[in-house]
Amino acid sequence: MYSKKVMQLFKNPKNVGEIKNADGVGKIRNPVCGDTTEVFIKVKDNRISGIKFKTLGCAAAISSASITTEMAKGKKLSEAEKLTKEKVVKQLGGLPENKIHCSVLAVDALKEAIKDYKKRCLKAK
Amino acid sequence: MIYLDNAATTKPDPKVIEAMLPYLKEKFGNASSAHGLGQEAKMALDDARRVIAKSINAKDDEIVFTSGGTESNNLALKGVLFANKEKGNHIITTKIEHACIMNASKWLETKGYKITYLNVDREGFVNPKELEKAITKQTVLFSVIHGNNEIGTIQNLEELGKICRKHKVLFHTDACQSYTKVPINVANQHLDLVTLNAHKIHGPKGVGALYIRSGIKITPVAHGGGQEKYRRGGTENIPGIVGFAESVKIANFANTKKMEKLRDRLIEGVLKIPNTRLNGPMKNRLCNNANFSFAGVEGEAIGSYLDSSGICVSTGSACSSASLEPSHVLLALGLKPEEAHGSLRFSISKYTTEEEIDRVLSLLPKILQKLRRISPIEKLIRRL
Repeated sequence: MYSKKVMQLFKNPKNVGEIKNADGVGKIRNPVCGDTTEVFIKVKDNRISGIKFKTLGCAAAISSASITTEMAKGKKLSEAEKLTKEKVVKQLGGLPENKIHCSVLAVDALKEAIKDYKKRCLKAK
Repeated sequence: MIYLDNAATTKPDPKVIEAMLPYLKEKFGNASSAHGLGQEAKMALDDARRVIAKSINAKDDEIVFTSGGTESNNLALKGVLFANKEKGNHIITTKIEHACIMNASKWLETKGYKITYLNVDREGFVNPKELEKAITKQTVLFSVIHGNNEIGTIQNLEELGKICRKHKVLFHTDACQSYTKVPINVANQHLDLVTLNAHKIHGPKGVGALYIRSGIKITPVAHGGGQEKYRRGGTENIPGIVGFAESVKIANFANTKKMEKLRDRLIEGVLKIPNTRLNGPMKNRLCNNANFSFAGVEGEAIGSYLDSSGICVSTGSACSSASLEPSHVLLALGLKPEEAHGSLRFSISKYTTEEEIDRVLSLLPKILQKLRRISPIEKLIRRL
């Protein structure tokens, strides 16, 4: 059902955990299926210098979070904001039709984290 | 491979396949044909019918062969309602039925029929008093799943049947999961219609039966050439029916005891893992069913992990199906959606061994530890 890449990342996901003094945190929960992903970012010179995630969800949700955080790592915020679920699914080597919605979580949580970071910056000013 | 998804389907017994083969090869006749080849098929059909009838204390001509559980359930509901319009337009069922009863009921509602869906308790049992309260003058039929496919709850048919008899309401049970594991006796349990199928009991797929007590009016769902005494049209699936009968012949209640032991070993072992609960009852539970909820983890994720280790189980979690909704059965028990999503079903068979159970028990804690490390678990456990 899942691609090799999905299963590999599901079993050995990268960037798992929390960042204690994160510069931005985003949390997205699918209200229907209950899947939850949290993304924590550190930002330096407008780039994502550190990123971690936590996910409660299926194999698709976990592997998507792993690849999303990999793709965002080191990127400029403006670039990271352009990440889409289509790009994530492509990197994963595809997902079953009924699992596409699971890939949205991490992408949306990342965008929330960036939004959270920007809000904090504004406040600091 | 360790196969623990026997509530989905079972491995055909080699004896079943052997019994079927001649009817796929040289004995390929149509049971409606008058010639020798046809009559050979007719004899096999009659013999099979006798075996099934005897197994539930029914008369031979009360057994109608179908394509399986779904068709039998549809025939029971629609066939009885359509043929008994003068009696009323109300049926009673429960909130923990298999999708085919649930969706047939929903469809009947769109056609103007009234359906009552009874609640169940925390373990999945129907309260007989609630059944009695729900019965009206318009009630034609009560339908309940005998052994629940998700959580294993075995309903007390005798008690429920008595109430139906008292109020002259027809009584149907879907016994796909319980057949040959729990005794079924249509007389003692006051049953008017019983759904049976083959592939859950090491028989072939695509064949089942509906017991219809003689004298009950029923409209066929599939009209055809008068087969099955005008109750179900279509050339009989002789190889399947022969295999079905063979699976019933070799079924043995001694296996129930064996499976109960293994099930309890599994339950005991899994409940040692922290933040784990058993869904469904401890007593009056199908001998082959164990269903658990694991806090902070999704059932699908555990299932995928086990699958990659060659262990087949099933999940009731939303992400396993096209719909996102959690299992209606677990919700009916009063579980919160997040608890329902964390559920996993193990269903064993006569082929399951102690070694296989122990392998699962050694793997499962490691998988859970890993997945819970990824999960924002602390917060979630507090919420559960």
